[in-house]
Amino acid sequence: MSPVEMNLEARFDAYVAEEKKIEPKDWMPDAYRKTLIRQISQHAHSEIVGMLPEGNWISRAPSLKRKAILLAKVQDEAGHGLYLYSAAETLGVTRDQMLDDLHTGKAKYSSIFNYPTLTWADMGAVGWLVDGAAIMNQVPLCKCSYGPYARAMVRVCKEESFHQRQGFQVMLNLAQGTPEQKAMAQDALNRWWWPSLMMFGPNDADSPHSAQSMKWNIKRFSNDELRQRFVDMTVPQAELLGLTIPDPDLKWNEARGHYDFGDIQWEEFYNVIKGNGPCNKERLAARVKAHEDGAWVREAANAYAQKQKAKKADATTHAA
Amino acid sequence: MTEGQHLQIILRLGDDALVLGQRLSAWCGHGPILEEDIALSNTALDLIGQARNFYTLASSREDQGRDEDQLAFFRTDKEFQNHLLLEQPNGHFGDTIVRQFFFSAFALERYAFLSRQLVDAEVAGIAAKAVKELQYHWEHAAQWIVRLGDGTTESHEKVQASIDHLWSYTGEFFNADEVDAAGAEAGLLPDLEVMRKAWNASVEACLAQATLTRPEDGWMQRGGKQGIHSEHLSYMLAEMQVLPRTYPDATW
Ligand SMILES: [Fe+2]
Ligand SMILES: [Fe+2]
Ligand SMILES: [Fe+2]
Repeated sequence: MSPVEMNLEARFDAYVAEEKKIEPKDWMPDAYRKTLIRQISQHAHSEIVGMLPEGNWISRAPSLKRKAILLAKVQDEAGHGLYLYSAAETLGVTRDQMLDDLHTGKAKYSSIFNYPTLTWADMGAVGWLVDGAAIMNQVPLCKCSYGPYARAMVRVCKEESFHQRQGFQVMLNLAQGTPEQKAMAQDALNRWWWPSLMMFGPNDADSPHSAQSMKWNIKRFSNDELRQRFVDMTVPQAELLGLTIPDPDLKWNEARGHYDFGDIQWEEFYNVIKGNGPCNKERLAARVKAHEDGAWVREAANAYAQKQKAKKADATTHAA
Repeated sequence: MTEGQHLQIILRLGDDALVLGQRLSAWCGHGPILEEDIALSNTALDLIGQARNFYTLASSREDQGRDEDQLAFFRTDKEFQNHLLLEQPNGHFGDTIVRQFFFSAFALERYAFLSRQLVDAEVAGIAAKAVKELQYHWEHAAQWIVRLGDGTTESHEKVQASIDHLWSYTGEFFNADEVDAAGAEAGLLPDLEVMRKAWNASVEACLAQATLTRPEDGWMQRGGKQGIHSEHLSYMLAEMQVLPRTYPDATW
């Protein structure tokens, strides 16, 4: 690193430490840019891959009201994808490049979406737990040091908390419904509980990027802190639903003022990341298919836009 | 127009909106670009909202105590009276856009009339809101018709094929049965011959701009309004209705 760069980097660090926002045209360390591109694009991919497990139930939603709410929710996720791709583009990467990385498997997305949605109750559990965990992770990002990301997250978080309440409402209806509905709700909680806890990532001791991200004010709380907060928030909600969290080790710890909970099966977590989850192949295949099937449409739109541009240019030449 | 026919008219309006909304909602997560996932979902949401309004109105008028969900989930394909076009599969993006283009041109005119008629104020109220939505649906579809028609050779050929294929489902819009005739005579429904002219004018203007060819009016499919559907509807309903029919005592 040259002395000039060292100077720039020191000023950057001081600027960030003062809680000031970095904007696209500001100087930033290469590693900061790369970290953000990786994180924001991964987040964007998670939003659009996340449309698939819930989209799976739009056609079978059990009432017209639920159908409309679910469709609007999945549509919101598309909107989140758009804001986030736009935020990442301010760092000098295109949406096409990011999508290529997703489609070739180079870029990751949240592993939670590699689990199947098997019953209607999963629409409740996903909203309640998955959107709930996402909010825990994302609210701190509203104060992230990178301006465009922070602003995108403000909009996203508002909608996510709406999703979380809607998911809880679906669960509540089921929990108070017929015995079959209640069993459906319990089954969904059983299947989604542990994967939701894994959404916070590895334990702090095994989390490689965390320290630097904390220093850059991209990350504010550790994985384990956020996970604990999520458990503390969710346990009373499960009690309200009259459902049992599938963890025999779960109990209130008076001394800590937190719930203790059992060990997470990290072997499963790493296997799902590696591609061995129940739906990894389907999810990626669905995204690739949509992209490939849509190629002729995007080409047509481009060709049409080019023709219009040429016509306009032609018209101005003749007028001049 | 008998009371029964009046009710049937309202249900038909709901059925058109629901069947197309159900079809369109399947694009959510699978569109050619993210912006289209959003646009098609928006359109589907509008249509589902319209269906709910018509079903709720129908349920307040009939004496069987069926609510919007019973009308949507507990009627058979024979009881649905939507136009055949709307139940046709999504196919590729061009097929979906052409279906939307044909229907929106028709529905926009129909809602405009319904919003102005003085026979049924509640129908007029629903239609007045729907006109604004349909204006957007029509513009969105028409813009894509032009882009695809005047885009690449491939897109031109593909969308022309969609038009040629779906054309035979458009005649049913204007083919009045006794319910349509009674509704028109009472002043609730538009004269379908007048609608035909308006529809042709808007569709032809857009196709010309898109460098596409309007097919000749040949034999037109019919039957949807009488509950005689294509093979597709029953599958669509089986999927849509599975939960309420499996758990008839449950509320959601
Ligand atoms: Fe998210
Ligand atoms: Fe989201
Ligand atoms: Fe969400």
